[in-house]
Order: sequence, then C-alpha cells, then structure tokens
Amino acid sequence: MDILYNILIDPFVQMGSAPDFFLQVLWSGFVAGTLYSLIALGFVLIFKASGVFNFAQGIMVVFAALTLVGLYQAGVPAWLALILTIGAMFALAWLVERIVLRNLVNQEEIILFMATIGLNYFLIGFGEYVFGGEPKPMIAAELGLPTGSTTFEPFGGIVIIEHLDVAAVVMAIILVTALAIFFNKTRIGRALRAVADDHQAALSVGISLNQIWVIVWFAAGIVALATGIMWGAKSDVSFALQIVALKALPVLIIGGFTSIPGAIIGGLVIGFGEKLFEIYWGGLLGSGVEGWFAYVIALIFLLFRPQGLFGEKIIERI
Amino acid sequence: MFYREVGQFKTNYTADSQVFPILQDKVGIIAMLVIAYVIIPMAGNDFFITTVMIPFLVFTLATIGLNILVGYTGQLSLGTGAFMGVGAYSCYKLTTFFPDVNIIILVLLSGFFAAGVGIIFGLPSLRIKGFYLAVTTLAAQFFLEWAFIRIPWLYNYNDSGAIEVPQREGFGVILTGAAAQPVTRYLVVLSIVLVMTWIASNIIRGRIGRSWMMIRDMDIAAELMGVRPLYAKLSAFAVSSFYCGVAGAMFVFFWLGAAEVESFDINHSFLFLFMAIIGGLGSLIGCYMGAAFIWILPIIIRALPEALGLDVNAATVEHINFMMIGGMIIFFLIVEPHGLARLWQIAKEKLRTWPFPYS
Repeated sequence: MDILYNILIDPFVQMGSAPDFFLQVLWSGFVAGTLYSLIALGFVLIFKASGVFNFAQGIMVVFAALTLVGLYQAGVPAWLALILTIGAMFALAWLVERIVLRNLVNQEEIILFMATIGLNYFLIGFGEYVFGGEPKPMIAAELGLPTGSTTFEPFGGIVIIEHLDVAAVVMAIILVTALAIFFNKTRIGRALRAVADDHQAALSVGISLNQIWVIVWFAAGIVALATGIMWGAKSDVSFALQIVALKALPVLIIGGFTSIPGAIIGGLVIGFGEKLFEIYWGGLLGSGVEGWFAYVIALIFLLFRPQGLFGEKIIERI
Repeated sequence: MFYREVGQFKTNYTADSQVFPILQDKVGIIAMLVIAYVIIPMAGNDFFITTVMIPFLVFTLATIGLNILVGYTGQLSLGTGAFMGVGAYSCYKLTTFFPDVNIIILVLLSGFFAAGVGIIFGLPSLRIKGFYLAVTTLAAQFFLEWAFIRIPWLYNYNDSGAIEVPQREGFGVILTGAAAQPVTRYLVVLSIVLVMTWIASNIIRGRIGRSWMMIRDMDIAAELMGVRPLYAKLSAFAVSSFYCGVAGAMFVFFWLGAAEVESFDINHSFLFLFMAIIGGLGSLIGCYMGAAFIWILPIIIRALPEALGLDVNAATVEHINFMMIGGMIIFFLIVEPHGLARLWQIAKEKLRTWPFPYS
C-alpha cells in the first residue's frame, strides 16, 4: 500500500502543496523540451529530404558551437565569427554531399546510417584536434543574448525565469516558423518536399538531387548552430552535448520521423515528462532516471502507435 | 589456379552440405587452427596475446551475436553493450554464489540471463521495424546501464561500484584473476569462440536460420509462407543476446579483470555495429575480419609514431585515430558496402580463374 501511495498519491500532494515549485519544474521542462525539439528538427529535415537517418546531428551541434567559440577566442569579432561559422556549416554540407552522399546514392538505409556514424567519429576527432577537448564557455553576451533573470511570485512562492531560456524559446519559434515558410512557400521548399516524396519522380521533373541535399544539410547545419548556441549558453560547449543529442531520437519516435510539428510536440512531451518524472517519481527508483526515461516513454508509445504520433502510416505490400 | 574445386566430386547430400566442402578451404582452416592453437601461444608474447588476440576474439563473438540480429534477421540493434553487461554481471553473481563451479560453465550459463533480457527487449520488434526498433534498443542500453549503477546487489555492494574478477580454477589450472596466465586465458577464449562460431554456422544453415533470413528479406511474405514472426524474431533476439552475454562475461573475466559500467556503454555498442558492418552483414567470417580491422587498426595507429621515431603527443594520436576510423568507415562503405567478407569472396572468385580469367 505504501508503494501505491508513493506512486499514485504522494507526487500529486507534493505538486499541490508547492505550486510555485511545480511551475518552476514545468518551465524547466518546457525549455528542455524546446531544445530537444530543435535537435530533433535537424534530424527530421535531413530524414525528410534524403531518407538518411543522420546520426551526426548531435556532433554537428557541438561542431558548430565549437567553431563559433573557437573563432571568437582566436580574436574574430562575434558577428563575424557567426557569419564564418555559417560558412563553415555550408562547407560541411557541401563536403558531405560531395564525398559521402553522392557516392552512396541508392544504397540501403542502414549503409547510409552507418556512413553518418562514420561522419560522427570523423567530426569528433577533427573537432577535438582543431579546438581541443576541454569545455568552453559560450559567448552568449557577445552575441547579444540576454542574461539575468526575472522573479515572479505566484501563489506566494517564487518562480525564477532566466531570460536566456525565454530567448531560447523565442529563437526556436522563429526558426520553426521560418522553416515552415521556407518549406511551404518557396520554390526550393517545394522542390525539397518533392524529393522527400519520391526521389525518382523529383529527378524526372528536373530537380537536382545533389543541390537539394546540400541545401538540406546546410539547413540542418543552421539548426545545429542555433541549438549549439542555446545549449552552450545553458551549460558549456563540450563533447558531452552529443549524448544529450541522442535524446532527440525518442523525441523523433514520438513525433514520427517525417513530421516537423511532430518533432516539436515530441520534444515538449519528453521535456515535460522527463523533468516531472525525475523530480516527483525519480526518488522511488534512485536518481538518474532522466538518462533512460525518454527512451522508455518512446518504447511504450511505439507499442500503441508504431509510426509515431504524426508519422505517415506505413502500408506494406508484397 | 590454386583455388579450384575441379575434380572434387560429391556423391551424396551429406558430403555436399559440409561446412567446408572444398579441399583448399579445409586445408586453409586447418592451417589457421594450427597458427591459433600452436604458433601464437608459443611465439606470441604476453603483450600480443592480452592486448591483441584476447579482445579480438571476444569482440568477434559479440559481433557474431550482433550479426545474427542485424545481418541475418534484419533487426537493427544498438544495445549490444548492455546485453554484454548483463552477461558479465550475471556471471559475476553466479560465481559469487557458486565459487566452486568451473568458471567456463558459469560463463556459458550467464549467456542465458542475457538471452532472457534480450527476449524482453526484443518484444517491441513484433510491432516495430527499422530505425524505430533501433531507438527501442537504445532504451535497453540506457536502462540497463542505469540498472548496473543503481542496483548495488549486482556488484556485491562494494564501494568502487566495479566488479572485480575473483580467482577461479577449472581443470586444475587458474583460469581467471590476476594470477591466470595470458596463454591459458587465450586458449580458453579461443576454444569458446570457435565452438560457438561453429554452432552459429549450423543454426544459421538450419531451419531456424532460414526462418530468420526469410524475416529479414521480407517479413510479410515470410509470415504468409508459414514462418511465425513471434518465434523467429524472439529466437533471433535470444540467440543474439546469448552470444553477446557470453562475450560480455569473457570480456570481463578473461580480459579486463575488473569492469565498471563504462565498459558496456553505448560507444561499445557502436563499435560492434561497425565491426559487423565493416566485416559484412550476414557473414560469419566477416565478423572475424571486421573485429580484426576495427580492433587492430587503432593499435597500429597508436604504435606507428613511436615506431617511426616521431614525437606526437598521445591526445593528437587519439584524435587522428578517431578521424581515421571515421574516414575508413565511410571509405569502406563507398568502396564495398557489403564489407570485407564480400571483398574476400571476390578475391576467391578471382583466384579461381587466375591466371586465365577468360578461359
């Protein structure tokens, strides 16, 4: 009975008795969720347009952030460093298309997946070789990101909201809106959707696959840069970020691999769920639940909806 | 010219379905066995045996386990490291409870625990496919890693949180622990790996293996033809995890000597996936080649600057190592997506007609 009480009743009693703390937890879950969504967005972009499950998205986040910080530390002014980093992400996209993807057209999915893991290893080695392995502080203030925090006092308690978190959320919203407009309203966006739908049909109406891939990887690189700046500002820029990036996988599962709204909602579900579970139920299992909670949620989710929340239903024929 | 089956007639079905039907293959295998059992223990020094041969063989076994799942049944798994951990921790618990039982028996028994866990985490495969399934195996990976830390019973409540291999004897020789001779450990590992490879090859050639491959090629068609996905998929998970579990137990008991949870982390899971893919999916000989390639190449890269007399610091070598591995993986995938095993097959075809390719 004690266990049942601890699982079913006690957490809610705690939530009710300290609503300000509950709000704080919700807010931190919301911010974490936004950042998960951003990483997942990078995955979805590439998966939609090339069918490649890009395992290297996590390291691209780290790589972009490191380039930015590394350039700044080398004496380049912040705005120029930002532009140069965007240039570097374009170069990366171009090289990936040129060296890897172009040679692997029409291979099985798992081969392409492995190639991105190879890319992942290469970028880890390259990034550490160029920038060193030690964590670096993100140049948040120099980029004009707000610092400091505002304190609210609802229900007679206190809730602290960091301005940086607000900036992260705003940035995520802008990015997603921009991408949605880009995908739906522009010529290139329509070409991207055509490629995502059917490679051969897209080729036959004169869309260049190679060009599209560069664009998509570049877009994913920009998303990675934005994610890297926000994550880096919250904690330092280090290679440990790539483990966090793996969390985007359950987010994708819940949202479905091909859906942009799915990535966002999935990210929020994981962000909220993880924080609430860790704080109110985690104590029952010993701490550190955050590490696997997202995956188990995804697993349970899949048992009921194998194609994710917004994924296209897979119809199989013989 | 030299590798040609001309004149080797088979007069009955049994002779035709041998594991090595061609004489040259038999000779080659016997030569390899002589090298493995006689020449390496006699000529190899302790460094070579402990740093190269033992881990190579252990990783081969884990790769075979993974290959059964990914290469033969088509179920992508990223949880190999965790399943190895289950094997290692259960072997540790078993030898704590039964210190007098021969450790080899316990190593093999611990595979069954891994198989049980594998079946549980294999259940989603009945509904989920492809990358979705890969993510659910990540659930196994992270959940089990967490369990290895948070359940102190698994490591006998010691303060370090690590499992220390006790000294155990079998057949009158010390097999594990600090006092065990590298050669003894090597021979034990070699024998287990060879016997289990042989068993795997027979399972794969048999009814069960064929049902796995049918599931891999097209699961709906296989189901219509009378293969039960429940049994085929779960048996693949069970056998695969059994192999990984045994490999994990040997990993700790015959090589590392002590292990923490880091020995079973996700990077190891990826390492085995590399080995399986570089070696060749759906090939047992490929598992040996892939494990050798991925394990021995970094050792050579690390030793190279010293051998050439260059003064490069260790961190740089490590970074270059990462870049080389990443680059090699991409290179191999582009050149031959079906792995080293396929290259080997092509080489054999060429040898067959050499030196008159058009005759």
